[in-house]
Amino acid sequence: MTGQKLVLDVQGLNVDIKTPKGILHAVRNVSFQVHRGETLCLVGESGCGKSMTSLAIMGLLPKAAQRTTTRLSLLGDDLDKMSAKHLNNLRGNKMAMVFQEPMTALNPAYTIGEQLIEHYCHHKEVSAEVARNRAVELLDMVGIASARQRLGQYPHQLSGGLRQRIMIAIALMCEPELLIADEPSTALDVTIQAQILRLLSDLQKELGLAMVLITHDLGVVARIADRVGVMYAGEVVESGTAEQIFSNPRHPYTNGLIGCIPIPGRTPAGGQLGTIAGVVPSLIGDLRGCAFRDRCSYAQPSCEMTIPIYGVPEEHSWRCIHEHGVGQ
Amino acid sequence: MNNSISTTATSLPAKNAISTSRAFVRRVVRNKALLFGGGLLLAMLIMALFAPWLSPHDPYVQDLANRNVPPFWYAKGSLLHPFGTDQLGRDYLSRLIYGARISLLIGASVAVISGIIGTTMGMLAGYFGGKTDMVVSFLITTRLAMPVILVALATVAILGGSLWVIIVVLGLLKWDRFAVVMRSATQQVRSLEYVAAAQAAGASTTRIILGEVLPNVVPHLIVIATLEAASAILLEASLSFLGLGVQPPLPSWGLMISEAKAYMFFSFWLIAIPGSALALLIFSINLAGDGLHEFMTPQEKADA
Repeated sequence: MTGQKLVLDVQGLNVDIKTPKGILHAVRNVSFQVHRGETLCLVGESGCGKSMTSLAIMGLLPKAAQRTTTRLSLLGDDLDKMSAKHLNNLRGNKMAMVFQEPMTALNPAYTIGEQLIEHYCHHKEVSAEVARNRAVELLDMVGIASARQRLGQYPHQLSGGLRQRIMIAIALMCEPELLIADEPSTALDVTIQAQILRLLSDLQKELGLAMVLITHDLGVVARIADRVGVMYAGEVVESGTAEQIFSNPRHPYTNGLIGCIPIPGRTPAGGQLGTIAGVVPSLIGDLRGCAFRDRCSYAQPSCEMTIPIYGVPEEHSWRCIHEHGVGQ
Repeated sequence: MNNSISTTATSLPAKNAISTSRAFVRRVVRNKALLFGGGLLLAMLIMALFAPWLSPHDPYVQDLANRNVPPFWYAKGSLLHPFGTDQLGRDYLSRLIYGARISLLIGASVAVISGIIGTTMGMLAGYFGGKTDMVVSFLITTRLAMPVILVALATVAILGGSLWVIIVVLGLLKWDRFAVVMRSATQQVRSLEYVAAAQAAGASTTRIILGEVLPNVVPHLIVIATLEAASAILLEASLSFLGLGVQPPLPSWGLMISEAKAYMFFSFWLIAIPGSALALLIFSINLAGDGLHEFMTPQEKADA
């Protein structure tokens, strides 16, 4: 994918949240790049900082959370030093987001049409008629039949799957360069999940979007990711192409995650699925060494020291004391 | 990838396009509370607006020869004065019609003034939280610690009673319920994802508060506004009854009750007629508010 235009460049992203017990390091020194036409999947279990990372990029963090970066740029514009007005110009226009919960992400007081058109008119300064045609075109694109009639409907009249399609259409109205999807299929039932993810990946290819997809479903990742970042306890512990991550995982945590997926034919029917014992550690206070060491069967005393990063940066790298990884 | 799963969602049968005005009428007709309460309120409004043409006599002209004439359904009554005359011989029906002007003016202006103050404070507190919320909550508790009727009495005693003083004083005192309800309603809406989605779409804070949050709290706002309008009308009546509200000879309903209290046992209608009018107005305002609340919710809007 190199040679394509760099859309999102995140270097050294930290998110700290003040809590009564101390400072919670929700995201620690996360770096990644997304190029045009590329899908980056961030995976990891609940509470590992995936959603915080996406909110930090969009600048939607809660007030108690503090974002620091060495570099955070979208299409070369530095998001960190930007004025609120300039940022609002980019949000929705150049970068858009699809949320996890389609039941609450649409405003119940407005029709679908009003919500599709509103921000398009706002950003592009076009007439309502032009925006309306664009909305119909988008609804067709996300696979919603009889689009014109839909425009007059309210969100509560639509099913969850349809609402998520509408959310995707809203996100794509202004032809963004970057689409961030934060577990877009988690709140939907399984058959709809597949449809929505397939739709996202089709649209991503068709429109040449840079997409950051946040999920904890490795099955999804294997099918649509170009690059994968495995997150644990606020850090990216391993990153590489989907191919490298799945066929040649180096970090014990990645291995553990992959071990949890049932593979038809290989996993014995009725047999136990793999699990990773223990829970994500508390991220409050000073953290030293590898956060995974308490749950890791390859742990050594040196895991308490600063952990080196091995491999080739921007290709396949892992944060572990085992220089060649632990293999499968 | 699984090709058997289509990316096209199945469509619902398209609804017949009904002209919006017909749908609107249908929704009003189906909403009995709005139809009945709103109709009654509208009748009173028309009565107040066209008072000079509707009232049979001048409400201020005294006729001492015809004092305390009973309404027409009494043997001594006549259709010349359908609701009789008061202790100064003024036509009671005319005074009642002109009195509706005072009550409606007070109800509406107090609801608007206190509504603007309370909604602004409540929404800011609910949206921004933190220090803003602390300041607003402090103001609300301070305000709640003051008894409205006493503060109103004291202010009116100092400034002197007049219609405009009453409106301003009540308007500045009755915002507490607006603020409390709007604060919690805004807090609830603010945590929903569509607010974050609007932020992600590049909407400014003003735009989000006015465009995303406000439409979703308006149904609550309407209910509070009608309750407060009704309560302001009652407060004006109480203040006038105590002699510190609207001053004679203006025909306020509360003042009419107050002036009639000496004749209560001999001329019962002097209290019963303005009293019933007051009760009917409060009833219709509350009923209309309920109906409007239902009318404004999106679920109801869609089922046209």
